[in-house]
Amino acid sequence: MSLRSSRNIKFVDSDILVIGGGFGGCGAAYESRYWGRNLKITLVEKANIERSGAVAHGLSAINCYMGMQWGENQPADFVRYARGDLMGLVREDLIFDIARHVDATVHKFEEWGLPIMKDPETGRYLREGKWQVMIHGESYKPIIAEAARKSASEVHNRIMVTHLLMDKVRPNRVAGAVGFNVRDGSFYVFRAKAVIVAAGGGSHIFKPRSVGEGAGRTWYAPWSSASAYGLVLRAGAKMIQMENRVVLTRFKDGYGPVGAWSLLLKAITTNAYGDNYEAARFDEIKSLVGKYAETKPMPTCLRNHAMLQEIKAGKGPIYMQTQKVLDTKEKEEIGWEDLLDMTVGQAVVWASQNIDPKEKPSELTTSEPYVMGSHATCSGAWASGPEDCAPTDYQWGYNRMTTVEGLFGAGDTIGGSAHKFSSGSFTEGRIAGKSAVKYVMELAGNLPQVDEVQVKMLEETIFKPLENFEVGRNEIVAGSVAPGYISPLQGLQRLEKIMDEYAGGIGTFYVTSEPMLNRGIELLSMLKEDLDHIGAEDIHQLQRAWELNHRVWTSEAVLRHTLYRQETRWPGYYYRGDYPKLNDAEWHAFTASQYDAKTGEWHMSKLPVHHIIE
Amino acid sequence: MPTFTYMTRCDGCGECVDICPSDIMHIDPVYRRSYNIEPNFCWECYSCVKACPQHAIDVRGYADFAPLGHSVRVLREEASGTISWKIRYRDGRVKEFTFPIRTTPWGSIKPPTEYAAPDANALNSQLLAHEPAALGVENLPTLPVLGKKEV
Repeated sequence: MSLRSSRNIKFVDSDILVIGGGFGGCGAAYESRYWGRNLKITLVEKANIERSGAVAHGLSAINCYMGMQWGENQPADFVRYARGDLMGLVREDLIFDIARHVDATVHKFEEWGLPIMKDPETGRYLREGKWQVMIHGESYKPIIAEAARKSASEVHNRIMVTHLLMDKVRPNRVAGAVGFNVRDGSFYVFRAKAVIVAAGGGSHIFKPRSVGEGAGRTWYAPWSSASAYGLVLRAGAKMIQMENRVVLTRFKDGYGPVGAWSLLLKAITTNAYGDNYEAARFDEIKSLVGKYAETKPMPTCLRNHAMLQEIKAGKGPIYMQTQKVLDTKEKEEIGWEDLLDMTVGQAVVWASQNIDPKEKPSELTTSEPYVMGSHATCSGAWASGPEDCAPTDYQWGYNRMTTVEGLFGAGDTIGGSAHKFSSGSFTEGRIAGKSAVKYVMELAGNLPQVDEVQVKMLEETIFKPLENFEVGRNEIVAGSVAPGYISPLQGLQRLEKIMDEYAGGIGTFYVTSEPMLNRGIELLSMLKEDLDHIGAEDIHQLQRAWELNHRVWTSEAVLRHTLYRQETRWPGYYYRGDYPKLNDAEWHAFTASQYDAKTGEWHMSKLPVHHIIE
Repeated sequence: MPTFTYMTRCDGCGECVDICPSDIMHIDPVYRRSYNIEPNFCWECYSCVKACPQHAIDVRGYADFAPLGHSVRVLREEASGTISWKIRYRDGRVKEFTFPIRTTPWGSIKPPTEYAAPDANALNSQLLAHEPAALGVENLPTLPVLGKKEV
């Protein structure tokens, strides 16, 4: 093919390869440089690290900060909070590890130039809630990117990484990654001694509420293509809690943040009739989840659940009563900056619908589900924990190494450690970065080797959608309908429909069941076959094709984990209609999966949840 | 609220193409100016709007839920370290806000290599760069061995 013959191939050799230049990746670059002064550290990103990842837009708060210097909170308190929010199932060692380091990260951010708001009376950081501090965060990402650029030996922007490479001699060891340049179509082969995957979680797994061009306004960034999972699970890394998708309550349609409004400004949420409904639903919630209903603060999923019950009872729309709290100019500015720093689209919704939050309440809704590891949810890879405090069966190597040798993770990649957010993801990147340096130094001469045959095969696979289009396009006159291929968008829409209808999306009010999930798996397996027939009309569409690929593989894990867990652990995130209650006797455990690339089989198992903090 | 580019303001410099996290701002081959090739993958993050030297890029709220007649304009000034917003409602009301974006000069971050190289043994400790000093407390918290209870 003409497209193939002209293709450039580039080889990049590194000691440490960091995939993904969001907060996790930037933290990994910084810390690995600090400890590995002479190492070759390469950061690769599919967009431009100046504005990439979930914080590209900016943020209005840092959601994970202890304030140990003022005795505000201790790491153990944070573990209790995250464990409570996730209905008991988290990796306490990993969360403790992030919490004990995160303050140093935030102090560094401030030193670098991030404006953190101060409480005028105490001089301390202005708290939004117990764990959050308010920032002027429009340039949060460019500031962090500056630190990363000064740390990495090379930053490769606009490279879509599609697959990890495995060692030719030891099949369970990583040897690098491959991908392509989304501008010129060059094929990239990254050979590395250690790889840190710090890619993103997944939006557009489930059908979004918005339609048409509005589909871009998902709560989580549309470029978060679940590459964190799509990359590591196919390399055979053990995954946990992939069923633990998250649903967020946000301002309707714009998905603007509600944190500052509810926690700092103390705006209340009511049904359409002005009733506070959460307390009234306590008994019903308790009948589903038992003692977990008493968790303080009320877990995110249960608050969603209460709202969903109100909507089902015809008591919507649900409103946040913003007009009752904006009594000063300062408060109005805080409320608006909350949106403008991180979700400008919400300001557009208010301007377009003549909603002035000072005058009238604003509608809330629950989002479509997302698959992530860094928010009020903890899907991701099973990782070795910190050497000094992880239970013995939670450590088998270097901190934050997955079950694949030399393959580390940070941010959305790592499972079990919820509530990392921006500062925690950067901190986890730092932990993984230091750990990877140690791993590389101890490798000595025992280096991984890239398998040329595997590379050649992957090159053909990666660029095949361009050929599919070129060939298939000749069969038809014009338009988007062809018998031999589907576009990446058409494939994405099929995926979202499957996940929405069978895996507990908005279309079924988040309900699923064993027969529904099995039917979903059946349809998804056909979509997986059709991935060989995606047609990409240009290199941009080739990026979309591989984003779809990562989303589809992630979705399979979501379906299988959801099927495996026979209980409803997180009502408000999703419901197993056939197992409507929480069942601690059988399911106080992590669900785990491991994909075997040789046989194409998934091995499901339970892993123990150890409580190392009272 | 997908972005769009005004024909008479864009000079085709490509700053928006370079910055867009979603890779959807491309240069039109005929007009040599940028446009949004995939509005349904636009997160309205305003990265391109802020980066455009000609102020040629604007946003029209997503057609499926935003009525016409609004605008949210922005001016991001790195030199002064501020960002200014002008929000015009469908009914003509206007709101204006200015917020700080950075407290230090751009480019001033001290890279990790400018700190003294850590002791080789420290690689085996739990301490990260700049700790424990940067923590603001004397010691990195650890868990008591007794707390390592397995259930």
